[in-house]
Amino acid sequence: MSATPLLQCSGVSKSFAQVHALVNVDFEVRRGEVMALVGDNGAGKSTLIKCIAGIYPFDSGEVRFEDEVVHIHGPRESAALGIEVVYQDLALADNLDVVANMFLGRERTRSGYMLDEQSMENDARETLDSLSVTTLRSVRQAVGGLSGGQRQAVAVAKSVMWNSKLVILDEPTAALGVAQTRQVLELVKRLAERDLGVVIISHNLHDVFEVADRITVLRLGQQVAVLNREDTTQQDVVHAITAGTLTHVPGMQDTGAEVSE
Amino acid sequence: MTDDRDRTDAVQPDDAGAVPADVLAEQADHPTIPAATPGTSQPTGFGDYFTLWTERLRAGELGALPIGLGLLVIFITFGILDDTFYTARNFTNLLLQMTVFATIAIGVVFVLLIAEIDLSVAFVSAVGGVVMTLLLRPDDPGWPAWAAIAVALLITTTIGWLQGIVITKAGVPSFVVTLAGLLIWSGVVLVLTTSASQVGTIRIQDDFVVGILNAFLSDQAGWALAAAVILGFAGVNSWTAFRRRRDGLPSKPTSVIVIQTVALAVVTIGAVWYANSDRGVPRATVFLIVFLLFWSFVASKLRFGRHVYAIGGNPEAARRAGINVDRVRIMVFMIMGFMAGVGGIMAASRLRSVSTAAGGGNLLLLVIASAVIGGTSLFGGQGRVISALLGALIITSIENGMNLLGLASGTKFIITGLVLLGAVLIDAWAKKRRTAVGVG
Ligand SMILES: Nc1ncnc2c1ncn2[C@@H]1O[C@H](COP(=O)(O)OP(=O)(O)OP(=O)(O)O)[C@@H](O)[C@H]1O
Ligand SMILES: [Mg+2]
Repeated sequence: MSATPLLQCSGVSKSFAQVHALVNVDFEVRRGEVMALVGDNGAGKSTLIKCIAGIYPFDSGEVRFEDEVVHIHGPRESAALGIEVVYQDLALADNLDVVANMFLGRERTRSGYMLDEQSMENDARETLDSLSVTTLRSVRQAVGGLSGGQRQAVAVAKSVMWNSKLVILDEPTAALGVAQTRQVLELVKRLAERDLGVVIISHNLHDVFEVADRITVLRLGQQVAVLNREDTTQQDVVHAITAGTLTHVPGMQDTGAEVSE
Repeated sequence: MTDDRDRTDAVQPDDAGAVPADVLAEQADHPTIPAATPGTSQPTGFGDYFTLWTERLRAGELGALPIGLGLLVIFITFGILDDTFYTARNFTNLLLQMTVFATIAIGVVFVLLIAEIDLSVAFVSAVGGVVMTLLLRPDDPGWPAWAAIAVALLITTTIGWLQGIVITKAGVPSFVVTLAGLLIWSGVVLVLTTSASQVGTIRIQDDFVVGILNAFLSDQAGWALAAAVILGFAGVNSWTAFRRRRDGLPSKPTSVIVIQTVALAVVTIGAVWYANSDRGVPRATVFLIVFLLFWSFVASKLRFGRHVYAIGGNPEAARRAGINVDRVRIMVFMIMGFMAGVGGIMAASRLRSVSTAAGGGNLLLLVIASAVIGGTSLFGGQGRVISALLGALIITSIENGMNLLGLASGTKFIITGLVLLGAVLIDAWAKKRRTAVGVG
């Protein structure tokens, strides 16, 4: 695990009209680490990753990726940098098969215009194999017929196929049963072993403690703690989520106080 | 015709057999149980293929089965009720009638694939036919056929583009926009035809244009067409299977290719032989085959086609995948406009004239019914270009048979409506099955 952050957000803020969804948040992810992002409903977790993915712009603050200051203006730009997001609501097309979904929007073509089904199928298989996803009957199966865990596996595999450096998963296990959750968490660990940076959002602290190296806690749009999993307990995290010290009084404008840890 | 490859060859030899769905679901819950190893499959046998097919049927992927059964029922019924139904003369008539419906229905398939609707198709097609006819009038302005056809198609494609722009940019449902279009373009047809002729009927005197739907291939050319279709099918399928096998991917078993080719050959040779015993294969059939092949290719082999299906399946997923959803939607409405124009030109050619009645009657209902009966889902993302042909075949056979029987218009409407209702119910049932299996 390298110490220089892969992604570093410094003092980023984001407001929707009256709602201060993110206030002066610091957030970083290193290569080969699983960073969990936790917080209550509405704490700003999804907003933070959507801004990183370029779906919304940050209002202020600085984002550095691989030590370069970046301004991400859309999903295409974040993808070009090597940032892939698996959204809470998956974003798979049920009527298309596994291969078509994994290559959606980035289909490979032969002689410039015809879909190169063979090479896409081979690479989809290879990626699924390398992640030890073995429960798929066929990569030519329509995604609509897969179980929740299989769908999640496809979505994750899709995100690692593009030489991605940072994979962000928004509540990947929320809808899954015990066994399928285990499967996805195994997958998450394997991503980190490949030296990718991984961000996982989850409400399930048990899951978080199983995979995360570090935990960032958001509360009411503010970052209230960054904890090493080894030095902390679920109790500490719960405390931070519900009663972490806010450095900016909610409802009041930024008074210039610095975030302290 | 060849695009069932992706759907049908997804076979794994180890488990494509009689593994019940719940067992598979359990496997999914236990990652340690090794399932089929992808990538090492050998071509599968006929038995596996058949099992997979029945499995798909149960999962609501009905394919061409309802159509085959429907055609059988229709042909037997009308054959018993009317002794002219089976004549070669009626068969070539049927081919001619079907061509117009099938051509326009190809455009409808694309619109339905992105989960939209176009209620203006019939009158847009009439605009195409009328514009071409007006431009062809001798000395006034007396354009050559190719130029008149090109301008007519340009106009109908532009109409599609305009409607697409309004639908995507203003965010108005296609149902409403094309309903307005239905009124507008029917008005345009009336204005154009009545201002050009007192009686509202304009005859076509250009031989080429009249020939589009009134000329027939020589017997030899008919056989050559049959040979091209059969060899083309066998060739493309074998080549694909060969390449997939070479790359170690599962492929369509040779036995299945042989059976399909033989079935296709029987149907094609029978049809050509029967048509030749009358006037021959209509020249328009060649046009129709070319359009079907071309648009099947676009839908199943090009990126654009893949994006069409994705938008029909999950527009949000398509957007997040970086697909320019609005652009694809607009292009689909342009395809609709283009194919409607082609169909309108064919209809004008068949009647050798256009009139105030162009695009009216139940043309709209019949082309949408063709696409749906052929197996294209109204819910988007499911269906194939070939369904335009299959549905048009059913619709035309029913219309043709009922005309031979001399049924009253009211009765014909009721029967056609019931057939459409049946097709939509099958579609809804299939969708339910798909989701039911999908959850499990
Ligand atoms: N597009 C939007 N427009 C207006 N307000 C928004 C928008 N997106 C998020 N918000 C607000 O921003 C705040 C943070 O929302 P966000 O979705 O980031 O929370 P979250 O931490 O992901 O919660 P959950 O755990 O429920 O997913 C909430 O108050 C929410 O109402
Ligand atoms: Mg969220």
